[in-house]
Formats: sequence, C-alpha cells, structure tokens
Amino acid sequence: MYITDHPILGAEENTEMVNITVDGVPLRVRKGSMIAAALLANGIKVNRYTLKHHEPRGVFCGIGQCTDCVMIVNGQPNVRTCITPVEENMVIMTQNKD
Amino acid sequence: MLVNRQVAIIGGGPAGLTAAIEAAKVGAQVLIIDENARPGGQLFKQIHKFFGSKAHNAGVRGMDIGLNLLKETEESGAETWLNSTVIGLYEGNRLSVVRTMEDGSKKIHTVQAEKILIATGSQENTINFDGWTIPGVMGAGCAQTMINVNRVMPGTKALMVGSGNVGLMVSYQMLQAGIDVLGVVEAAPKISGYNVHAAKICRAGVPFYLRHTIIHAEADESGTLCRATIAALDEKWNPSPNTEQSFDVNLVCIAAGLRPLAKLAQMYGVEHGFIPELGGWMPLHDENMETNIQGIYVAGDTAGVEEANTAMDEGRLAGISIAQSLQLLPDQEAEQCKAEIRARLESLRLGPFGERRLQAKNRIVKKEVQL
Repeated sequence: MYITDHPILGAEENTEMVNITVDGVPLRVRKGSMIAAALLANGIKVNRYTLKHHEPRGVFCGIGQCTDCVMIVNGQPNVRTCITPVEENMVIMTQNKD
Repeated sequence: MLVNRQVAIIGGGPAGLTAAIEAAKVGAQVLIIDENARPGGQLFKQIHKFFGSKAHNAGVRGMDIGLNLLKETEESGAETWLNSTVIGLYEGNRLSVVRTMEDGSKKIHTVQAEKILIATGSQENTINFDGWTIPGVMGAGCAQTMINVNRVMPGTKALMVGSGNVGLMVSYQMLQAGIDVLGVVEAAPKISGYNVHAAKICRAGVPFYLRHTIIHAEADESGTLCRATIAALDEKWNPSPNTEQSFDVNLVCIAAGLRPLAKLAQMYGVEHGFIPELGGWMPLHDENMETNIQGIYVAGDTAGVEEANTAMDEGRLAGISIAQSLQLLPDQEAEQCKAEIRARLESLRLGPFGERRLQAKNRIVKKEVQL
C-alpha cells in the first residue's frame, strides 16, 4: 500500500508510474521508488529463498547492508532491491524460487 | 581506469557531506562516493524536528537539513559519484569502486586520493529470536525508510521491540503513516529513550510491555509474518513460563541499537577498539578525526554511533583537518574553526545519554581505549 497522504510529508506529488514484471506478473509501480518498496506496496514481501533450506527472506535493513532482499533484476542475480530504483520494463524475479 | 583526487569521501551522509563542503569550499578537489541513488544518508527518513540549540538546527526536520546539505554540497564544487560502491581500500590509498556510469553501465575504477574519509555510517543490530528471519520482521530503521522515504506501508499491524529513541520515534512515525502499533516491548524495567518521545505514543494509547522480550514469530502459508509472541523476563533476564502473550501482526520492528560500519577501515588495518557506549567495535581517531594511519579519517556513526548533529560536526572537523593538512587553510584559522566545532560537539554530548558518549569520545582521543 502506498502512503498517499501524510500529516508531515503531505500529499504524494510523484504520481508517475512505470511498468515492471515480477515473476512474469505485470505491475504498475511508482517511478523512482526502490524495487523492494514497490513490491511491498503491492503486497509482495518475499524477495528470495535461501539456497540450503529454501526459507523465505524479505527486506530487513532497507539500506543495502544485509542483502536479504536480493532478487534477479533484468537477468542479473543478487541485486539489492532496497537501494535499486525501478525502471520502465524492468524484469524482476524472486531469487531461488524453485 | 585510475582516477586521482586530493580527497575521497566514502559515504554521502551527514558526516561525508559536511566534510566535503568544508574541504571543497577552500579549494580541495573532493570526490564523494555513495552507493545510493541519492546522497543524504539517513537524513531523509528523519521527518521529525531535531532537538538542541539553534546552532544545531533545533526545530528543523532532518529531511530539510538533508535538502540544505545537498544544496551546499552542489555549491561547494565537490564531485559526487552515485550508485557507486567502494569494494576495497588498498595500499597506497587506493579505492576500488564499482561505478555506475551515466548510461547505467557499471565500471570498476581505481581512485587514488591523498586523503580519505570513511563516513559509511552504521547498521542496525538485531535480536536472534525464533522466527526473526521471517519476511515482515525488520529493523525499525528499515520500516522508517519504507514509510518516510519510499512512502510505502511495510505492514498494517506492528509490534515494536526496543524502547530507545529509535523505537519510540519510529513507533510514532508508524502511527502517523496509519499503521496500528499494538505495543512497544522493552527488556529493561523502564523506557530507554526520552520521555518526550514516549509520551507521544502513550497519549496515542500504545501499551508498553516493560521487562518483556519477543520470543517467537510465526509465518502464514505464504511464508510471511502473521503472529508474534512475547513473554515476561525473570530476574535473570530469561522468559518466565506461562507469561506468553501473542499478537496478530504482519510487522515486527527491531530497535536494538546500531553498530558502526567500518569494514573498509578494518581492511586497511586501522586501529580499532571496543566501546560499548558507541556501538561496539570501531576505528579509533584523534582530535582531528584522523586514524592511526596518516591520511585516513573517520567521522559520523563510523567513528561511534551517535546522531545526525554530531555526525555533521564531526564531518566538518574532518573536512577542516583535511584542508589544513593539504595546506589549503592557514593553521591559525583552521585551529580556531576546529576549537569552535569541538566546543559545539561537547555541547551536544550533554545529559544522561550524551555524557556517556562524551566520556567515551574523550577516552578515544586520549588513547585510553583497551585494544
């Protein structure tokens, strides 16, 4: 869910959207927002699964340090989605989903 | 590609930017390297008004201080590489940087600089309870970033673990964003942060669970958080049986303090010490923010976790010291500026919280830290 109105930050002025896909599903998300945030806004909380035990992981530190939120972005694995902004036609995949 | 600069600053947060401004405005050739899309560090998530004196932006919101710093940095003539990560610091003051070029491609550059400031900030601590890795459990600062910077709800029903100032302020900011905060859990017998912050969330009806800790988090079939359980602590700080309480929440925030991010300083062999009051292991510095390795400086949370105002003054101190050692500032003028900043820093380290930090900082400068 996006926060459109806020007592301190006011109304959201950035209403420009871009198109992305996440695991093949098309989504329209707010331009310039970080990938992890754009996914959270659409209820997607799992970014990757661990290699050994296949446990889900989501955004944890939000500042590019913990690497829990890495995903496959435009074919490149291990992209830290909390500090990488969305771009038009970005193809995003849950890492190690299967 | 090898790039030469007089000064390289790693991290464009409050400490890095103020250092860049001080050094660049007297003519130093400064390069700031930051791995984010926008500089400013953690200032933009701090939407609250700052405390302190007028000299320290009292009454100004952190995000507005951030905007001013960005403007001043631009005017200073300092160069900034964004989306660029320093991956190593090697002999001869050489930095390896994965730089994002204007066309979006990434290139590895080597930056050699006479003076290097490491201002990489800090990282949140966590608590390793059962279920702490479930998506929906995150750092309080992470939730704050999602809400205030990205304007996204990380959850709708939340439990805050930790009642220090971060825990209290983020709880309030979650309420402002429309998130239901079901409680603040604190292991100590009293609230750890300032009463003024605690009062705001008390008035909003948020209960405090003192002498309690989180013991368990559960996921639903989608693998994300749906429930958290807390328990009372006995006199040995162990959970007491039959005191469990569960909350249906999809967000658990952990506010368990921060620790300095100093991997690059470690890599370069900078002398470290363990200082619990400032977050644990950290690179040590002298009264000019220079480490035991000549030409390598630290400032801000990297040099001991405090807050944005102290980070900005430490950055200024480092920037002026760097300019002085590059002979861009006459000694007398530099010493006078530094004395003023040191006095300001001392005035920020007052009160029950600040005094411990002041004493710890004095131990560092007087080289009384156990290595």
